[in-house]
Amino acid sequence: MSEWDALPGLVEASERHHETTLVVTLESLVDAATYLRDESDFNFLSDLTAVDYLGWGERAVSGYIGTATGRDLNNPMTQGYQAVPLPKPKRFAVNYHLLSISERPRRVRLQTWVDEGEAVPTVVRVWPTADWHEREQFDLMGIVFDGHPNLVRILLDEDWDGHPLRKDYPIGGEPVRFSGQE
Amino acid sequence: MTATAPTRSRAPIYEGTRIPYPIPTVLTTPPSVLATGDVMTVNFGPNHPSTHGVLRLVVDLYGEDVTGLAAVVGYLHTGFEKNMEQKTWWKAIPYAPRMDYVSYQANEYVFVGAVEKLLEIDVPPKAVWMRTLLLELNRIHSHLVWLGTSALELGAISMFWYAFRERETILDLFELVAGYRMHTRYFQVGGLADDVPRGFYPEARSFCDGMPKAIDEYETLLTRNKIWLERTEGLGLLSADDAIALGQSGPVLRASGVDWDTRKVEPYLAYHQVDFRVPVFPEGDVYARYRVHMAEMRESVRIVEQCLERLERMEGEPWIADDRKVVLPPRHELHTSMESLIHHFKIVTEGFRVPEGEVYFAIESPRGELGCYVCSDGGPKPWRVKFRAPSFVALQATATCMTDALIADMIAVVGSLDTVMGEVDR
Repeated sequence: MSEWDALPGLVEASERHHETTLVVTLESLVDAATYLRDESDFNFLSDLTAVDYLGWGERAVSGYIGTATGRDLNNPMTQGYQAVPLPKPKRFAVNYHLLSISERPRRVRLQTWVDEGEAVPTVVRVWPTADWHEREQFDLMGIVFDGHPNLVRILLDEDWDGHPLRKDYPIGGEPVRFSGQE
Repeated sequence: MTATAPTRSRAPIYEGTRIPYPIPTVLTTPPSVLATGDVMTVNFGPNHPSTHGVLRLVVDLYGEDVTGLAAVVGYLHTGFEKNMEQKTWWKAIPYAPRMDYVSYQANEYVFVGAVEKLLEIDVPPKAVWMRTLLLELNRIHSHLVWLGTSALELGAISMFWYAFRERETILDLFELVAGYRMHTRYFQVGGLADDVPRGFYPEARSFCDGMPKAIDEYETLLTRNKIWLERTEGLGLLSADDAIALGQSGPVLRASGVDWDTRKVEPYLAYHQVDFRVPVFPEGDVYARYRVHMAEMRESVRIVEQCLERLERMEGEPWIADDRKVVLPPRHELHTSMESLIHHFKIVTEGFRVPEGEVYFAIESPRGELGCYVCSDGGPKPWRVKFRAPSFVALQATATCMTDALIADMIAVVGSLDTVMGEVDR
């Protein structure tokens, strides 16, 4: 029915905020990427982002400003509701923002889910520009890209401990002692 | 300087691909050259005046020839994205412009625009046109800094003074609008932080009147300058296919003959209502990138003029959305309305909430596709913010552009990619 049905390893195709998200399984990521590049003309990898969902949805969110039907200043019931975000399938999401530089320009988000200890197959051979993007996500988020030709830290020092963009990485650096001495 | 057109003896752009294998961003010295024992590895940077910040290039030299090259970045990493996760949505805004400290308003807008996309909030026309105007002024500013510094690195010192003369005028305009010369933080979720000040339009008009003549002056200094041509023509070649494969965007992509501009293809703000041309040059070398920059400045002046025409007729119109759940209430209401006071207090202390979801919003910054990925869990703070920095991607092309080049050309090539290290390292 939809044009994405033939995408290898497709789990879900959804449309939100005028953006298409295609979730694929980890095993068929490279096949899906190659398919999107060759069959659907997504020749340009704009961005690669990993998101850490540790602790996602542990707190209910309330007082939010609108419902699906919009909001109305004179109708309080359209101004907010209380909700708990739906749980995510795994801890990390890896998003590939693709763009088609062609006669039919459009964008799509390719998404795959990964847990701690799992590796994501590299797409450097599909889009060479993924080289530094994958290194950055490895560096800051600790996602391992299997088959990457040069997977070393890029922004932080080689001997840095931990991956700062993870939710369990403390902010504020080292604890500051207050001694009370003059 | 002669008035005749320069003779074009440039070799046509290469066939096939030149992207190194297996690592697309590292040029490796061939073993046969290494075996001569005459290869010297030199650190270029990180502290070198012509690296546009703190870029380190590890260069293998065989005489004057660059046989190997690897770019090392990260010296300016300050963890912007992590910091933004700790702030409420509106307190995160000032972080964005500080990444790319040359085209700050583009960064500011891309973040604000992404949040607005998630909120699905309507921005009043006056704010839309003013944003367009400022983004284009910022594009001219950014191109002027690029022009001045790139020419300076190749020895054209006078160019620097000319470019910074007009840059100063633009900074004065920013100061008039926002009180700040840089990092204006004038864009607010929902519109602008304040109304356009009195006296701005005439000042901007006089800038627009003078700018095309100033660009003519720059062109007389460089476009047909024999030294400039020899230092830029046929250098740093990048074919259209390689440019797309390496994710290049903006002037670099357009100088490789790809007619692509986000402002035209996916119009945001008021770009679908203004008339402008997208300059494209097919040669793919440093000179073509220079020509793209010059032509873009002329187009930006035209856009600013069209914005001014609209804005001058919008006196008294609102500059920010009327949505009390996101936007601070007008000051005068705080003295008379308890409800407004409460909402003001809540937005300032707790921050407004953004619906759950994720968006990727891309604009055409002076350097190319600037994207912002924003993820919210429905709370008052971003769950994740990621910037697609065009400079970060542009540096990946260094190895490809430097194939078969000399060490002296490296300055011209790296300069032509127009990178700002603050944005690369974030």
